[in-house]
Order: sequence, then C-alpha cells, then structure tokens
Amino acid sequence: MMRAAKSPGVSSTRGIVLAVASTLIPFAPGCVRPAFAAPSDSSFATVIATVQPKVVKVYGAGGVRGLEAYQSGLVISAEGHVLTVWSYVLDADAVTVVLNDGRRYEATLVGADPRSEIAVLKVDAADLPFFDTRRASPLDAGARVLAFSNLFGVATGDEAASVLHGHVAARTPLHARRGAYQSAYQGDVFVLDAMTNNPGAAGGVLTDRDGRLAGILGKELRNAQTNTWLNYAIPIAEIQTSIDDILAGRAPSSGPRKESSKPEHPVTLERLGITLVPDVLPKTPPFIDSIRTGSPAAAAGLRPDDLVLFIQDRMAPSCQTVADELSFIDRIDEVRMTVQRDQELIDVVMKVE
Amino acid sequence: MNRTHPRRGASRSWIGLVVALAAHGAAASNGRDVRADDPVPPDVLAAERSRIEAIERATKAAVCVFGPDGKGGGSGVVISPDGYALTNFHVVQPCGHAMTCGMADGRVYNAVLVGVDPTGDVGLIQLLGRTDFPVAEWADSDTVRVGDWCFAVGNPFLLATDLQPTVSYGIVSGVHRYQYPAGTLLEYADCIQTDAAINPGNSGGPLFNSDGHLIGINGRGSFEKRGRVNVGVGYAITTNQIRMFLGQLRSGRIVDHATLGATVGSDDRGRVIVSNILASSDAFRRGLRYGDEILSFGGRRITTVNGFKNALGIYPRGWRVPIAFQRGGERFDTVVRLAGVHAPDELFDSVQRPIAPERPKPEPKPGRDGDKKEPAPGEPRPGPPDAPDHPAPETPPGHPGGAVRKVPDEVAARFEARRGYANHFYNRMNRDRVWNQFVAHGSFAALTGDWAIRGDAAGSKVEIEWTEGAVFGRFPDGPSRIDTTAELGAQLQPIGSGGLLVALHLWRRMLQLGPGKFGEVHYWGEAPLPGRAELCDVLVATHDVIECHFYFEPVSGRMVAMEMIPDSESDACAIQFDDYQSVDGREVPRLLRILYGDLVFAEIQVAELVFAPQSDKTESDKADGNQGGQPKAGGAPATGNADSPERESR
Repeated sequence: MMRAAKSPGVSSTRGIVLAVASTLIPFAPGCVRPAFAAPSDSSFATVIATVQPKVVKVYGAGGVRGLEAYQSGLVISAEGHVLTVWSYVLDADAVTVVLNDGRRYEATLVGADPRSEIAVLKVDAADLPFFDTRRASPLDAGARVLAFSNLFGVATGDEAASVLHGHVAARTPLHARRGAYQSAYQGDVFVLDAMTNNPGAAGGVLTDRDGRLAGILGKELRNAQTNTWLNYAIPIAEIQTSIDDILAGRAPSSGPRKESSKPEHPVTLERLGITLVPDVLPKTPPFIDSIRTGSPAAAAGLRPDDLVLFIQDRMAPSCQTVADELSFIDRIDEVRMTVQRDQELIDVVMKVE
Repeated sequence: MNRTHPRRGASRSWIGLVVALAAHGAAASNGRDVRADDPVPPDVLAAERSRIEAIERATKAAVCVFGPDGKGGGSGVVISPDGYALTNFHVVQPCGHAMTCGMADGRVYNAVLVGVDPTGDVGLIQLLGRTDFPVAEWADSDTVRVGDWCFAVGNPFLLATDLQPTVSYGIVSGVHRYQYPAGTLLEYADCIQTDAAINPGNSGGPLFNSDGHLIGINGRGSFEKRGRVNVGVGYAITTNQIRMFLGQLRSGRIVDHATLGATVGSDDRGRVIVSNILASSDAFRRGLRYGDEILSFGGRRITTVNGFKNALGIYPRGWRVPIAFQRGGERFDTVVRLAGVHAPDELFDSVQRPIAPERPKPEPKPGRDGDKKEPAPGEPRPGPPDAPDHPAPETPPGHPGGAVRKVPDEVAARFEARRGYANHFYNRMNRDRVWNQFVAHGSFAALTGDWAIRGDAAGSKVEIEWTEGAVFGRFPDGPSRIDTTAELGAQLQPIGSGGLLVALHLWRRMLQLGPGKFGEVHYWGEAPLPGRAELCDVLVATHDVIECHFYFEPVSGRMVAMEMIPDSESDACAIQFDDYQSVDGREVPRLLRILYGDLVFAEIQVAELVFAPQSDKTESDKADGNQGGQPKAGGAPATGNADSPERESR
C-alpha cells in the first residue's frame, strides 16, 4: 500500500507550529538552564515526561526460542508514522502498536530498508506528539544521553517505557563485515556507555539530555570475538534518506496491488530456476531449497538456503508472496531480487527471456 | 559540525549553533571549549558536596550480610537504632536464623532472623550488640519520578572484604513496575526500576534517592542471556510497600501477600474486568461480580491488569482495602478484606522444613541449639531454587564471612523455632508488649463473676448479661441468649448481628484470661481499621474454630475494636470500642459500635457497667470447658472494692 509520500512533521501545519515553539522555549525567561546542571536537579524528570508520549511499544511475531515478540518504536508524524527497526517482530499478520497512553492500534507496514535495518509503520491516529527526524540532535563523544525503550517488555498498556542514562562513548563506523558484529547496517553508530541494547530495546529512542531526538537504538549485537554485547544507537542523520525513501514510496513496501495490472505472461519461480522450501505454514519464510543448473537464478549466483527478502523492492515475506510478486512481473522485464545469505544482503538481477 | 551531518548544508548547522549559543549563553559547553583552568561553577561544587554528604550519610546504615558459615550473603540496611534491618528474603533464606553482618564502621555484628515475606522477597533481621545503630531515613516512595537520581549501596560480588559498601549511581528508569513470579513465590509488584548497577550481592541492599533517603530495597535484575551481571535493569521493592508489611515482619511470622479472590483481565476496550470470582471471597460478599469493571483499588486508579497487580501486591493478607467498581454505568464503593495468596501450608512448606523431621538426623547438635528444630547453619533448606534472575554471589576465599561459626549465644537467646514463624521469639515478645500495654490501663483478670452492660441504642433499651455458662441480650427486636458451653459457631445471636453475643463472650474471656490462657493467641502485626489513620496492633485469638482479631491503638494501648470471625466464608461481627473512661482504676469503653458486613447493627451508649469479681458458683473458664487453671484474682492489680460488685452509673 503506497501512501501519499508526506514527509512527517514539516508537511503538517501543526508540525511547524510545534517545531517553532520548541525552538523558542529556551529564550523564555526562567527556562534557561545553567550549562552545568546540578546533578541533583530533577530536570530529567521533566524532560522525560516530554519524550515518553512519543515512544511506543511494538508487538508482533516471536515468542519462541529466546526471540522476544516485542520491540520499541518512536512516533515521527502527527498522523501516526512510527519508526522502528526492521526485524522478525514485524513479520506477523498483525503488528500491534501501543502508544504511551495505552491506546492500541493494528499497524500497517509502510516500508522497510533492510540495509539500514529500519521500518516505518503507520497507525490510524491523529494529532500525536512526534519527533521531527529532520531536527535530530547531532551528538559528539561525551554527550550525555537518555535511552527510552520497552526493554524486556517491562511496560504494558499505558505504562511508560524504561529510561536509562549514559554518555556517547564514541561516534564510529560499525565494522560489520569484519566478523565482529553480524549486522546489515554498516554506517556510523553512537557507542554508548549505558546498558541500552537489551531484548526489546531495538527501535527505542536516544535523545540528548534535553530530550531532542538523536538516534534509534539498534538491534542486539554480540561481538563474536569477545562475546560482549554492544550498546549503540544509529544516528538519525544516517537513516534520514531511508526514512524519506520509505515515506516517499521509493523503498521496499508491501501490500495489495490491482489484479488488473498483472501481465499476460508473468515470471514464475519455475522459469527462474528456483525451488523454494515446501510451503507448509501460513507464512513460510521463503528460503531457497534448490537452484536448477543453467537457470537465470544460477547465472545470477543465487544459492540454496538464501532467504528471499525483496522482489522489485517490494517485500516478499513468505513463499506465497514471492509467487504473487513474480506474477506482477512481465517475462520481458528484469527481476530484481534481494536475498539474505547469513547476515549479508545480496542483490541480484535476473532475466527470463 | 558538518562532519556529523554529511547530508546537511552548512547553513543549517549554523542555525543550530546560533540557537545553542543564544539559549545557553557563552558558558554553554557546546559553545566553546571548557579549559582545565576554568573555575568550576559554584552550583556544580554545591551539587558535588550534597551528593558526597548524602552518600556518606546513607552508607553508614548499609549492611553486608553473610550466612553463619559464609555461604550466600547479600546486603541490607538498618532502619532502627536497636538494629532492625531490611534485606531480601532470598538473602536470609540460605542463612537460617543466624547471620553475620558488617557495617561501614568496620565492625561485625551478630544478627538474628525476625520475619520474612517470601512473596515480596523481604526479610527483617535484627543486628545485636548496640542500641544506637545508624539508621536510614525513609522517603515516600510514591514521590519517586522517572529520571530522579538514585544510588544503590551494597555488597556486589561480596567485594566488601573491608566491610566498606559499594555505591552505584543511576537514575530511576521506571516506577510502578510489575514483575511476574520467576518460577517461585517471589513476585515484585509496584517496584522501582533503576539503571544503577545492581549485581549479585546487591540483593537486600538499599536504594536511596539523591538526598540519601531510603526509597527501596534492591532485589532483582533482568538477567537473561548475558550472564549474571548488571544489564542496566534492576528492581527495588518500594519503601511504601515495606511500610505496610513492617509490623507483620516484626511479628516473627512468615507473612503472606493478598489476593482479592478474583482474577481480572482487560477487555477489547482496555478496561480491567473481573474475569473470575470466588463465591466464598469477601469481595463477592461485598458485591463484586463477574464482568464488573475495576475502577480503583486502595485509592489508585486502575487502567491496566499490571496496574491492578501493583495496587494489590503491596498489601498483606487480611487487610481491608477500599475498592471501586462499575456495573451497568453504576459505581460501587466498598471495602474488601483480602485473602492470602497462598494456603498457609503451601507458604510454610516452601520456606521451612517440617518442624518434626521425618528422617532421623545423623547426630544431634550439642549445646543450646541441640533441641532447635531449625536446620543447622549451612544445612540447605528445602524450598524454591534461587531464581535465575536473583543475584546470589559466591563468597571469595579469605572473606570475613567465610569462616564457619557456631550460632552465638546472643542470637540463640532470641530465637524460637515454630511452624509458621520465621522466629517465634519476636511473636511472643510483641504479644506480651501489646497485652502489657493494654492491662496497664486496668486488669480484668480478677473479675470472674457475672458481668452486665446496660445502655441504649437509638433510644431503645439494651441490656447484656454474662452469667455462668450463658450470655443474655435484650435488644429492641427482642431477647436472645447463647449457651457458652455449647458450640458457639451454631449460635450466632442475635440475628442480624453476625454473632454479637459470641463476640462479647469471647471479649470477656480475653479480658479475664489474657493471651496466655485464652487459647491460641498470637501477635499478627499491624493492620488498618476503617476510620483510623494509624495502623493498629492486632492479636489473633482462636477459640475452638472461631477466630477473634483484637485491635489495639499503638500509642495508648487501648483495645479499639474486635472482630469475631466464625469461619473464613462468613462476615465478621465487629465491635468498635470507643469513649474510654476510667472507672475504679480501669479504663472501660462507654460506646460500643457493632458492625456486621456492610451494616451497622447497633450503637450502644453504655449507661451502666457491672463487673462482679467472683460468681457464687464457679469461675467462668470452667464453664468454657477445658481450661486447666483458675485465674488468680490475687495476680491482678487490686482494686479498692474487689469484694463487692462494682457498680457504676453515668
């Protein structure tokens, strides 16, 4: 489902008013904090109260083998766009978003970017308090930060997300491909000195000490060499393009399409030379079972055990959707496919005729 | 700045810089570099000083707890000058009844177990040897806000070989958290979540606010796949919950948490709805039904199931708590008596082994402890395995807690094993304290003859007479009588009172015989009484199968109420005693308010009281059956006219 691409926040009048107001507040008399706030002051409590309404709990697939069926997210538009991480949790028929005030919504997936590992959900709400991602706070090492998330699924209903405090220890590229961390994301991260990245924390919010959005808490990453866990957040600036692409419909998305747009002679798995694993579940993950020698798939370098993620930049989360998506592609056109091999994402282009 | 904003234009960054400068002034740290020789702003120094002071003050009351054989261990905090200290149940559980405690003054104290709350994971111990222990000041934990600074003090990894506690600083990450039982009795309701490091060994230690005032007892962390170390998520039991349980813990009992007798769930609109209810529960008798929406409990608005579990989880079994619920748009407000979460045997079996061991012990322990039925120090107690998310550190070799010690005499002298009790010594001590305070206002022990009360209720004459083997009552609705030699539970007279005459019979029995001879009487702890701000001391007395709760006002020591509960599925007949006046050296109530269920049965203004010192025929306890001893009139404080019936008129 392609939504009209609205950039969250700045496109709405309300968003502008809010943004201007928040810029002006520091000028008001009495609101100027001393540069070195006394540690005993409770201004954190005030700041936290302004951030919590923009943090959401996300519930979806999981609940088995140590895979938690929940994660965190943040509201990025007044109309209910929710930024979160792209993970197995979203691979469910119904993804539920629970707002800070306890309101529950069934969310639709607007789109996802597997490279930056983010996704945008949409809930049918209005006038929500939100973060303007374009006003994200740039942070350097040493900056004091707050991390908001529903780690360990501690909060339910109208209970507020957990808040941890810490500092940015470093801003540095994540050396994902050197074997230390298995992550598709390879850009810069804020490395944090607080235990922020717990189960369920992914998709949570990193703010500066004034509650300004700075990053999104990443998925749990364990260093395979040292057996330690990394606490980190992805700077919003690193994923702004992905967010824009998703909201503009340029990013992989899913959803129904008009049957009438199907070509007369579509591509099929058989013609590509791909056999998927037997389709035995309502949403069987589309792992490749075998590749026919000499087929377009073989020529493109696909291998058994590759997991199909995207076809023509549309998500294909199950064997059934793979077949459906192919049925919209004419045999004379190229087939662009993204697969996951171990932790690596591989793009291939195939041509049937 | 552009370096961190590769996709932004320089002009945008400049706007940000100008705003930052204008907002924060020239001293803003992001406006210019801070140099080493810059003077530190005074408010920073002041904050530093107040933090140091708070930590210095607070750590003095912190305790490192070790088992007598050095096994196990954890942390604690002293809350009274005579050495009462809070810790976790799961810290004291492996210690038995004796432990060794170190404090920041570098001294080691013997300590004895007082009471445990296995469900809430709280243990009360008493450090011995001083009457001037440094104590922690309490804060109202309901005022704690997310983002407040806080610090944990304790003995992580049992590092305190020099007995100096470890301090870890953090913020409050969440309040009113509910943590499900971790495969054991333990349930953390309404707790404080913090990112101050809580590691194995911190268990039982204090969590202080930035002023150094106690807000909770650290006890649990979320330890999952990352091993048994802090992951930034620790939970503390709130001081406000502990306040509710403190009187109960002082009773030396194994205390229980409460259940409504109903389960709740949330419906599709997110409302909290009664999904099941026991017909035998007090909640049912007070009108709560399946499908009702819970609006508030204990004065808290209920919006989630967790919120309800939080509101319920802070109360001890047996307390009466206000509840508001809604049915068909109509709101109902009432007060319900809460039942126990566990059957008593289930609770006791999980905490202590049977008093009489089924298999013979290899050899009896010599000395004073030889006849104690408690497990020997270090002997593992049966019970729930230590939950994986509860810190239980290893003792490092050469640690002061590591040496095997005999139970010291001062500990043995303050310990009595008994089923249902962590330490019966403290129960007896408090029972005697409450009773001695009451009889200081006048003893009734010598008054074994006929008694009578005459007065009026709402303009009608009321008369109650206690005689040999019977109690008579004349009420506006007619006379009634009970035979005190027959089964009392079958004579709940007069109708509509829930058994007023039975209650009055047992009231006189208690006044005459005292807790030593009444039957089974124990100190139950503190409980609220509707209409009173302060908690009352409660003695629970059992006669045949009838349970009586006697409430004593803690300061004056007066008996302010009693409840006669014929069985667990019936409402109590409650009598409130008020308007005490001194008559012949005894304080006697001049107003009796009788309540049954939701109704006031009568309010009796007493005009005349008659207490005969001795009946012509026999003493009252013979009429009651099986009491062996005759109450000794001589043992009671003598009154001037003890030989003649005391008569007094208003």
